[in-house]
Amino acid sequence: MRNEPTEHKLAETQSDIFLLRLYVAGQTPKSVLAFANLKNICEEHLAGHYTIEVVDLLENPKLARGDQILAIPTLVRRLPEPMRKIIGDLSNTERVLIGLDLLPRE
Amino acid sequence: MPNARAQLPKAPTGIQGLDEITNGGLPKGRPTLVCGSAGCGKTVMAMEFLVHGAQEFNEPGVFMAFEETEKDLTQNVASLGFDLQDLIARKKIVLDFVYIERSEIEETGEYDLEGLFIRLGHAIDSIGAKRVVLDTIESLFAGLPNPLILRAELRRLFRWLKEKGVTSIITGERGEGSLTRQGLEEFVSDCVIVLDHRSSEQVSSRRLRVVKYRGSTHGTNEYPFLIDENGISVLPVTSLGLQQIASTQRVPSGIPRLDAMLGGEGYYRGSSVLISGTSGTGKSSLAAHFAAAACQRGENTLYFAFEESPSQIMRNMGSIGIDLQPYVEKGLLQFQANRPTFAGLEMHLSMMHKAINTFKPQIVIVDPLNSFIVGDNETEVKAMLMRLVDFLKMKQITGFFTSLTSSGTALEHTDIAISSLIDTWLLLRSIEIGGERNRGLYVLKSRGMAHSNQIREFLLTSHGVELRDVYVGPSGVLTGSARQAQEAQEQATQTLQKQEVERRKLELERKRKAMEAQITAIRTEFEAQETETLNVIKQEQAREVQLTQERTNMALIRKADAKPNRLEAQIAK
Repeated sequence: MRNEPTEHKLAETQSDIFLLRLYVAGQTPKSVLAFANLKNICEEHLAGHYTIEVVDLLENPKLARGDQILAIPTLVRRLPEPMRKIIGDLSNTERVLIGLDLLPRE
Repeated sequence: MPNARAQLPKAPTGIQGLDEITNGGLPKGRPTLVCGSAGCGKTVMAMEFLVHGAQEFNEPGVFMAFEETEKDLTQNVASLGFDLQDLIARKKIVLDFVYIERSEIEETGEYDLEGLFIRLGHAIDSIGAKRVVLDTIESLFAGLPNPLILRAELRRLFRWLKEKGVTSIITGERGEGSLTRQGLEEFVSDCVIVLDHRSSEQVSSRRLRVVKYRGSTHGTNEYPFLIDENGISVLPVTSLGLQQIASTQRVPSGIPRLDAMLGGEGYYRGSSVLISGTSGTGKSSLAAHFAAAACQRGENTLYFAFEESPSQIMRNMGSIGIDLQPYVEKGLLQFQANRPTFAGLEMHLSMMHKAINTFKPQIVIVDPLNSFIVGDNETEVKAMLMRLVDFLKMKQITGFFTSLTSSGTALEHTDIAISSLIDTWLLLRSIEIGGERNRGLYVLKSRGMAHSNQIREFLLTSHGVELRDVYVGPSGVLTGSARQAQEAQEQATQTLQKQEVERRKLELERKRKAMEAQITAIRTEFEAQETETLNVIKQEQAREVQLTQERTNMALIRKADAKPNRLEAQIAK
């Protein structure tokens, strides 16, 4: 597959722009925690080449269907491709990095 | 309805038979669990529930699919005649495919299913849905990590659905030792329906059972159901009780002599008639007579043939002078020919129901009944027949069944199982006398009419079935050529007797004539004598008168003064 990141391509991947979208449903503690966690992780690992977009499904319920969202919070890596989905409050940093392909899968 | 007062509000499914079993449908505004193994028809049932709701009951619905994509679903149910695209375009149905791929999802902490709630809520609100299907929500367990969270969220989901007031169907895969793999039954406790697809004797059958229905009465049996081009139909729709109205109208059997045996008028309309007998005793011929007579009266007749093809039946019946072809052409007679092994009992029953419902016959013939018995499924066959008989009775259709008795067993044996369902039971038996085999017919029972207790000889002639009195004499019951011989002999004896009588009559006549001649002769003689005697008397009288005259004259001459006395007169004489 194209753009399939591997360990030795890590540097190259990091130079890409990360387009991240966090789906939440209102200002719940989990959502707030997730956003804080995400912010920290991005600052640490992707400083400078990421954008975070927060989508509140309560305001845009249509998007739940369009983007195939079930769980809240869900973080979607829209770019680089392929798309990745990470669910939960992002408190497990290692799993977030794996989910973002910033760490190799075991 | 006696139970109407305390019943829950219900949402009719529109699925043939299911609403009867559940007394009106699924619990309105509550979730229902439909579970069963793969391929048992859960999705179809759920989809039918939605489509009927949208089309017939003005209740739009949301179908949330976890396994099939929108495109697949639309195509799959198109084969059942549902135009989903049209319904979606008219905002009657929302189809939402939930895509979950475990490998694409990374779990990084606590989550909830608020996204699903929002998604479902939005779909419901967008068309004002009253019905929701979640098919199969258990896929979530395979797609999302952390079952503990999922279970809690599902519990919340079902509660939420209830609060929303939507009638919902949740489907679930059958699990080991429990109704569903993830034990959904503990969340959805209002109504649980189990579907089953099993096969026995290489014939598969589908069954449905309402395991639980809170706050409502329901049928608790396993009901067979069928999925065909018209969707699901659950059987039986009847057999809820013995409520049929008995008709007093009669239906002629097509054979006048047989009608005479049945109280003079034939069978009752809406009754069930069984003809049993060993092979070749003329069961189908009786059936054909009945069919032909019905068609002649302009009634519709549906003929289920399980051993012969329609053309074979028509040819064979042509040989005894019953031409069924014109009735078939006129559309009065319809054949449905299938091998019994072609499908399971329920399938047959269901096809029969369907055929009866479309053709609306007054008479249904099943020929023969017992070819369904394969191995030891007699109880099932009986159950099926009971349902069929009930169904026919409820529709006031006269059922005519033939049953093949295997020779060697007691004639009434195989039929004992269903005899109680039968109103009129005719028995055909072969009678072996003098090296030949003849057919005999008698009425074993016929409810509600004074029927004949006589055995009749049953003849298949080129102009149909004929019933003849059998010869009952000192040497027992005689049929066939023995009866003919006996009849000939009797005729000869009768002729002889007749001749003897004639002879005696002649003799008597002769004697009478002789007697009369004699009487005439005697009378003639008497008359001659009488005349003669009378003459003599006359002469004597005349002579006496003359004598007296002469004596008087003499006295005058002698101038005698004394009158001649008596003595003198005597002397003179």
